[in-house]
Amino acid sequence: MADMTREGWSRIIFDQLVDAGVTLFTYVPDFGNAAIINLADAHNQTQSVLLTSEEEGVAICAGADLVGERAVLCMQSSGVGNCPNFLSLVKGGRFPILMIVSMRGDYGEQNPWQYPMGQAVEPVLEAMGVLTIKVERGDELENAVSSALSAAFRAGQGVALILGQKFLGPKAF
Amino acid sequence: MTESTLDRREAMPKLFPEPEKFLMVAGLAGTARDTAAYTSEAHNLIALGGAMGAAVSMGLGAALSAPSEKVAVITGDGELLMNIGALVTVASMMPGNLSIVCIDNGCHGETGGQLGHTARRTNLALMAEGAGIPSIQTVSAPDQLEAAAQFLINAPAPRFLWVRVMQGPPADYKRNWDLAACRLRFRAAYLSRRKQSRGGQSAGVLAS
Repeated sequence: MADMTREGWSRIIFDQLVDAGVTLFTYVPDFGNAAIINLADAHNQTQSVLLTSEEEGVAICAGADLVGERAVLCMQSSGVGNCPNFLSLVKGGRFPILMIVSMRGDYGEQNPWQYPMGQAVEPVLEAMGVLTIKVERGDELENAVSSALSAAFRAGQGVALILGQKFLGPKAF
Repeated sequence: MTESTLDRREAMPKLFPEPEKFLMVAGLAGTARDTAAYTSEAHNLIALGGAMGAAVSMGLGAALSAPSEKVAVITGDGELLMNIGALVTVASMMPGNLSIVCIDNGCHGETGGQLGHTARRTNLALMAEGAGIPSIQTVSAPDQLEAAAQFLINAPAPRFLWVRVMQGPPADYKRNWDLAACRLRFRAAYLSRRKQSRGGQSAGVLAS
């Protein structure tokens, strides 16, 4: 069994993304993407891009695609609500957009503010034509990441890799 | 602030005498039409028709991913303000190849000319400065455009050019609304040029 600490699974995701040619990691900070962003900052072929709002990342990914490069967008589930109009680029332009969404308002959530957007993540993404691949168990992760990469960068889809709270574990602070 | 005496339709040709030297991202509505008309929708232009607010971020993504190219974003005041945080992100990343041009007519021309924030109290140059953009210039008269064109080449990037124009129609141009087709056209032209110049430092000038 692979190392499924946060550092362990973040390394699995990061390595697969780098192997697939991802060079830009756009993000709004979250517990669920902190270790991935640390890896992106430490690697000499990748760069992290701190955003003010998640929708910026959708357009940055599209801009990278225009010049033949690959970017991803990392966010907490609440950020999905900031993205829909920019996700017009998926249906309207067939830009490959890969989102990595760490869930709140999901299994075991204690903050009532997180439930409305958390529970709306999949319907919102579906409405904008973005595929969803949800990870609930550690043994699903590797195939889920490669499926998301194929959907985005081989098949030209918008896709969200959703890391569920059952997978992430209870919030540690 | 002084009244602008600048017709927006004069701006693009004077600001970009050699548009083929840039990868261009235009915002929606008037800036898309001005830019598409001036370049005849060249292969180095992607012009939005929706996703209002996306232009600066899309230009940033291209600039970070193609550091040897010059990238220019041409956007309007309404579009820029809808995603004004993008200026902060640009300043944090400090791309040395990105210019942002805001054609500010002080109103929402596409929807009937309703006045916007810049017709009231908002100063976009100060907002760009506050975001941390290192080079900022403001123009509001035709005789300032030549110096502004030099600014877009020579000032330390990222650059922000605030072009205050009079209210009035953009260029009259029927553009291609199929974003998927425009994406493929832009990519194919860019990638084939990059392939041809492989080994060189820059992909150089785009044929249009």
